[in-house]
Amino acid sequence: MSAAVDEHDHHDDHHDHGPEKGLLRWIITTNHKDIGTLYLLFALTMFFVGGSMAMVIRAELFEPGLQFVDPAFFNSMTTMHALVMVFGAVMPAFVGLANWQIPLMIGAADMALPRMNNMSFWMLVAGVLLLASTLFMEGGAPNGGWTLYPPLVLQPITVGKALPFAVFSVHLLGISSIMGAINIIATIFNMRAPAMKLMDMPLFVWTWLITAFLLIAVMPVFAGAVTMLLTDKFFHTSFFNAAGGGDPVLYEHIFWFFGHPEVYIMILPTFGVASTIIPVFARKPLFGYASMVWATASIAFLSFIVWAHHMFTVGMPIAGELYFMYATMLIAVPTGVKVFNWTATMWKGAMTFETPMLFSIAFVVLFTMGGFTGLMMAIAPADFQYHDTYFIVAHFHYTLVPASVFILMAAGYFWLPKWTGHMYNEKIGQLHFWLSTISVNILFFPQHFLGLAGMPRRIPDYAVQFADWNMISSVGGFIFGASQLLFLYIVIDTIRGGTGEKVSDEVWEDAAKHGLEWTLPSPTPYHTWTTPPTSVPTEHVLDSH
Amino acid sequence: MALGLGTAHADYTLNLMKGVTKVSNDIYDLHMLILWICVFIGVVVFGAMFYSIFHHRKSKGHVAAQFHENTTVEIIWTIIPTLILVAMAIPATKTLLELSDVEKSDMTIQVTGRQWYWDYKYLDNDIHFESHLDEASERVHRTVGADPRSVPNYLLNVDKPLVIPVHKKVRFVLTSTDVIHSWWVPDLGWKKDANPGFINEAWTLVDKPGTYRGQCTELCGRDHGFMPIVVIAMEQADYDAWVKRTSEQQKQKPDLSDQSRQQLMAHGESVYLKNCVGCHQIDGAGVPGLIPALTGSAIATGKWESLDGFLRAGTSKMPKFEKLNGKEFAELMTYVRNNLGNKVGDELQPKQTALPDDDE
Repeated sequence: MSAAVDEHDHHDDHHDHGPEKGLLRWIITTNHKDIGTLYLLFALTMFFVGGSMAMVIRAELFEPGLQFVDPAFFNSMTTMHALVMVFGAVMPAFVGLANWQIPLMIGAADMALPRMNNMSFWMLVAGVLLLASTLFMEGGAPNGGWTLYPPLVLQPITVGKALPFAVFSVHLLGISSIMGAINIIATIFNMRAPAMKLMDMPLFVWTWLITAFLLIAVMPVFAGAVTMLLTDKFFHTSFFNAAGGGDPVLYEHIFWFFGHPEVYIMILPTFGVASTIIPVFARKPLFGYASMVWATASIAFLSFIVWAHHMFTVGMPIAGELYFMYATMLIAVPTGVKVFNWTATMWKGAMTFETPMLFSIAFVVLFTMGGFTGLMMAIAPADFQYHDTYFIVAHFHYTLVPASVFILMAAGYFWLPKWTGHMYNEKIGQLHFWLSTISVNILFFPQHFLGLAGMPRRIPDYAVQFADWNMISSVGGFIFGASQLLFLYIVIDTIRGGTGEKVSDEVWEDAAKHGLEWTLPSPTPYHTWTTPPTSVPTEHVLDSH
Repeated sequence: MALGLGTAHADYTLNLMKGVTKVSNDIYDLHMLILWICVFIGVVVFGAMFYSIFHHRKSKGHVAAQFHENTTVEIIWTIIPTLILVAMAIPATKTLLELSDVEKSDMTIQVTGRQWYWDYKYLDNDIHFESHLDEASERVHRTVGADPRSVPNYLLNVDKPLVIPVHKKVRFVLTSTDVIHSWWVPDLGWKKDANPGFINEAWTLVDKPGTYRGQCTELCGRDHGFMPIVVIAMEQADYDAWVKRTSEQQKQKPDLSDQSRQQLMAHGESVYLKNCVGCHQIDGAGVPGLIPALTGSAIATGKWESLDGFLRAGTSKMPKFEKLNGKEFAELMTYVRNNLGNKVGDELQPKQTALPDDDE
């Protein structure tokens, strides 16, 4: 390291020095683009790991009866699938995007805290590996659900040696997320080009700023909850044990005080990316920029005061049930504003439908479907029927897969040409889009029917009247899973040269009107914005500018 | 008795079931109302979007307008959803208040969730029994390649269903002795968690006699999928007769007369399937790292007296099985010692294993 510093000193005048050579580059890098790449590749890997677990689940559920896996392993799969997808795939993917894009979009040379940036990535890897190691332990991986509810998760006959590993893993992941969030906030507040006021910032930057505050607020809460699990298990405390004066429902309250903002942590940056992509392909400014910012902030605020709608059946006082029902219904208002704004952005545009736009439109439609079922479940009495059935499985997968995951795909197609200087293969991209969109609906839409007909979630076997829709759902799942190999192919192919076509700096027609990153060369040099831009695109903001 | 009754769930549905109580019908109406509101909003929004996608495309020579805000429109599409929500909240509140009113009930049943069966106690007349998954489902779901379609009401049938009278307000108090479970019969319109150490209340009033099936809906361990609920609603006269019959059966002392080896093994298997199979597995292999195997176990194959003592005392991981009577102890121990890969060769008779108070 000191050699590198010395060399740097000797060549003070030479700004544009490249990355370290060899593997070491990736281990010690403090460059926001390198770290962004690491995050994105790690997330993609975990997407396939978590996806394989989903394939195991859908294979066992393909037919009623016992086929491939024992119920406890099935429960481990549902638990690990959720934890890996949430903490290993979706969250790191958005941190990766933030690392790449925020400095480019706000005219900053790098993230504000580059060394901490490196540390938060490697801590993420350590946390996920620790969690994954439980798969190979005696007694298996955690199998009490990703919510880790006590007393189940503390039971010696249910969870073997995995609990302390899962708890420590959550600590590491939490520290990693908090460091990432601090970095993002520090960068946005301190490193913006002087010309860029807060209300000039691209929506992606705004949504990430708000998400970062959510992360700092709730990750410690989750860390606290799992620490109490740890002390209940090993140090004879009784936080969640009624026999010692505790209450298992207390855990549910603490968990969901973290858990509800957590689900918005996975969707707010999604909104930001959609608000970035749609205007480019509609060739129009984003409709209602200011209301988008306020809607995001309102959703973030509401996320803190609605947690118990995950617990309508837990036995709350009627006043609590009523309050949480009303508060939850309110979320529909700012979320509706967002959907209306995206539609109005498309309205009277001059649209073209390249792969990023296709994925973004599918996001708006299918996320809204997830929003509708969310609104249905906000109605507490109706939730007494929907709760813990496949109806909610369908609901949250609609808000996560064809929403968050689709937008991550869209972001990949949208920015990869900028990052690599190579164009992806549009034909294969469109094939990937259509296969994914059709199969994701075959996969998740029938689960609404299953839930309404009475099939509980998290069961490895089911009554025969649920057989048909489960089989259809599994077929959809297998097609969806296989289709994602196309995305892997495209990513590798694009990095290695893609179609061979040299992309322009703008990549997309008139993109420079929409964002600073498109004024930089393609591929983006290793160091960018060493001097901040003097003017920023303002066409998407209020007329007063 | 349960096996013969009702095939209410033989055909599947796409929509929520209306159920058989006023509340479940109210909930169905709420469900349909909010569903149609969502469909209506969806048609309007997606209609506009797809119109735009079809017409406002560059390939058709459309030139992009450059507007990017309209305060009036934005206020309208904030206020209209708010009004819809208020309209929706009113009937939802009414139903919620009705559901929470457990006053003036005619009878009370205590529901206790246990890994992995339900325990029902009628607080008004001392009827008390356990309700386990039926043996046919139990065998099939534990056997790779077995055909679930050969079992009527696969995974939704129990040995002893819960019986209630129609037209009576039945109050339930729900709790658990181990982990969190949740008691759900879709036809009654609600589910309620059974929390260890705490008591929840709920109620139902069924109008139509029939058999109604449901399942545990809170993940409660490896056999979460295998603790169904069956409720039979009867006319008052039939219910009274059932109460009389069941109370008499409960008072009967277990038959401690000698059994043939074959009988002991067959009955022992039933006891095993109800009480032991969830943890120790159908072949007695246990679960590596979590649950000890019975096959070759020193405790299972040692002196029967110490096995008997072990079962009655329980351990930190295993519940006490003092609830079994002398007859069941003899059957179970004979089965465990001479099946599941064990060959002790002995055979225990009820008279040997019965304690003086076992027959109460």
